[in-house]
Amino acid sequence: MASIFDMRLQDVHNKLRDKEFSVSELVDAAYKRIGGTETDVKAFITLDESGARAEAARLDAQIAEGGELGLLFGLPAGIKDNIVTEGLRTTCASQFLDNFNPIYDATVTKKLKQAQSVTIGKLNMDEFAMGGSNENSSYHATRNPWNLDHVPGGSSGGSAATVAAGQVYFSLGSDTGGSIRQPASYCGVVGLKPTYGLVSRFGLVAFASSLDQIGPITKNVEDAAYVLQAIAGYDELDSTSANVSIPDYVSALSGDVRGLRIGVPKEYLGEGIDSGVKEAVLAALKVYEDLGATWEEVSLPHTEYAVATYYLLASSEASSNLARFDGVRYGVRAENPDNLIDLYRKSRSQGFGPEVKRRIMLGTYALSSGYYDAYYLKAQQVRTLIKRDFDQVFERFDLIMGPTAPTTAFRIGEQIGDPLTMYLNDICTIPVSLAGVPAISVPCGLADGLPVGLQIIGKAFDETTVLRAAHAFEQNTGHHTLRPQL
Amino acid sequence: MSITNQDVEHVAKLARLELTAEETATFTEQLSAILKYAEKLGELDTTGVEPTTHVLPITNVMREDEVRESTGNEQAMKNAPDEEEGQFRVPAVLE
Repeated sequence: MASIFDMRLQDVHNKLRDKEFSVSELVDAAYKRIGGTETDVKAFITLDESGARAEAARLDAQIAEGGELGLLFGLPAGIKDNIVTEGLRTTCASQFLDNFNPIYDATVTKKLKQAQSVTIGKLNMDEFAMGGSNENSSYHATRNPWNLDHVPGGSSGGSAATVAAGQVYFSLGSDTGGSIRQPASYCGVVGLKPTYGLVSRFGLVAFASSLDQIGPITKNVEDAAYVLQAIAGYDELDSTSANVSIPDYVSALSGDVRGLRIGVPKEYLGEGIDSGVKEAVLAALKVYEDLGATWEEVSLPHTEYAVATYYLLASSEASSNLARFDGVRYGVRAENPDNLIDLYRKSRSQGFGPEVKRRIMLGTYALSSGYYDAYYLKAQQVRTLIKRDFDQVFERFDLIMGPTAPTTAFRIGEQIGDPLTMYLNDICTIPVSLAGVPAISVPCGLADGLPVGLQIIGKAFDETTVLRAAHAFEQNTGHHTLRPQL
Repeated sequence: MSITNQDVEHVAKLARLELTAEETATFTEQLSAILKYAEKLGELDTTGVEPTTHVLPITNVMREDEVRESTGNEQAMKNAPDEEEGQFRVPAVLE
């Protein structure tokens, strides 16, 4: 179904300026589509219809007055519910924060306001971003718009599903081990995890601080470039923010990939990779060949150690980060505690769901006396080896490509009882997160009626090459124009 | 390596979590499986390999020590589950 949200950003911009339609009409279109699809998809936790309509009226008044329009002017947007929004409930999909109203905006929230997009609501996710299916949300499971019996992926499942369902123009997600790219792959949309440090984490509720990055989820690569342009940049409020100059991402989309050297890790196309996924990825590589790029097989030899490394490091960081949820300053507080320690214990036990408890337990164990060297330190050392794998390949290649996920979206309930199998869905995205480099997932076809994502991985801070290659692919294939029947 | 119910209870205490008997049993089984999987890392010789804490070459980010606007008391108390006279109220810490 053709939607107003399929229009190119520059066209929306021009039509708003020429008063062919108004921001209020765009916002109406978003809520109308949500009204028609949300019972099925369940992408949102909180909708802010009155706030969005008031903002739309303000933006329409601005058009009437004339003057500059922001980069994302008037575009209906959804924000993952672990990114704080002043005065708009932010739950991290946890009962612990069911009543939490942030008193400030995340830096990316501020930047979206400067770019003048309109926030439609807050998107569902796995609780505290822990999970890959959205089944760990303490509110409801979001469903994949391509097949409602399947998961949308996670943890940014709401962010991917809402874009795939045409409910908003774009969304923001966060990625720690694949949480933007994997749901983008499952839902047939574009998801970009920027280089660690490119986008401020200030106001992103911390899961694993050395890995967390915010990024855009969009219908096409051009939109991703625009949203990245709006949110990237140094922020003194984030001490791991990188002080680098920000290029013009949109003008880098030249369509030209001639001479690009692509490395394809054999580990990403080996055992455990679904045949339909492999076929779609190989077909994508053929497209690059036809466009004048070259590819050859390479090795990232420590890939098989990445998942274990990640779960030790991310859970350790999480166990420390989530210590702040103690029931004292915000969030739920258990009734009738015996004493202060009991208040912490009861509040946390009542507020957190099973996956969050499991990771806090794993992380606390890995950091505890007697096990620190064997687990946490060891994992940090293996992280160095994994990062070196990437450094070595990038000495000879401009990009690395492979599947985003080993399979297409699995059925709801299929893996919920088996955390380890669930963790292995992230085998192709986790190493990239550990290395801190940027990667995008772009639709590269369907396997058994469900979308497959091609993952394009670049050198640190070389988002322009990643976006350029992704854009050239989509312009020459059109997979990104496929829409689910809803 | 396999862990016991007692290990899980000990870690729960450190993590300020109160687990039901059922949760303890489930976590014992699941954490054992995950840690067994993690033993894979032992196959690698990491002697002399520097640990990576994070990927950026930045350390000790400092700013000028100057007074800036900060969160006011009323704002800070907005989400307090229990408060008294602008302070967070908790059970008595001292007898």
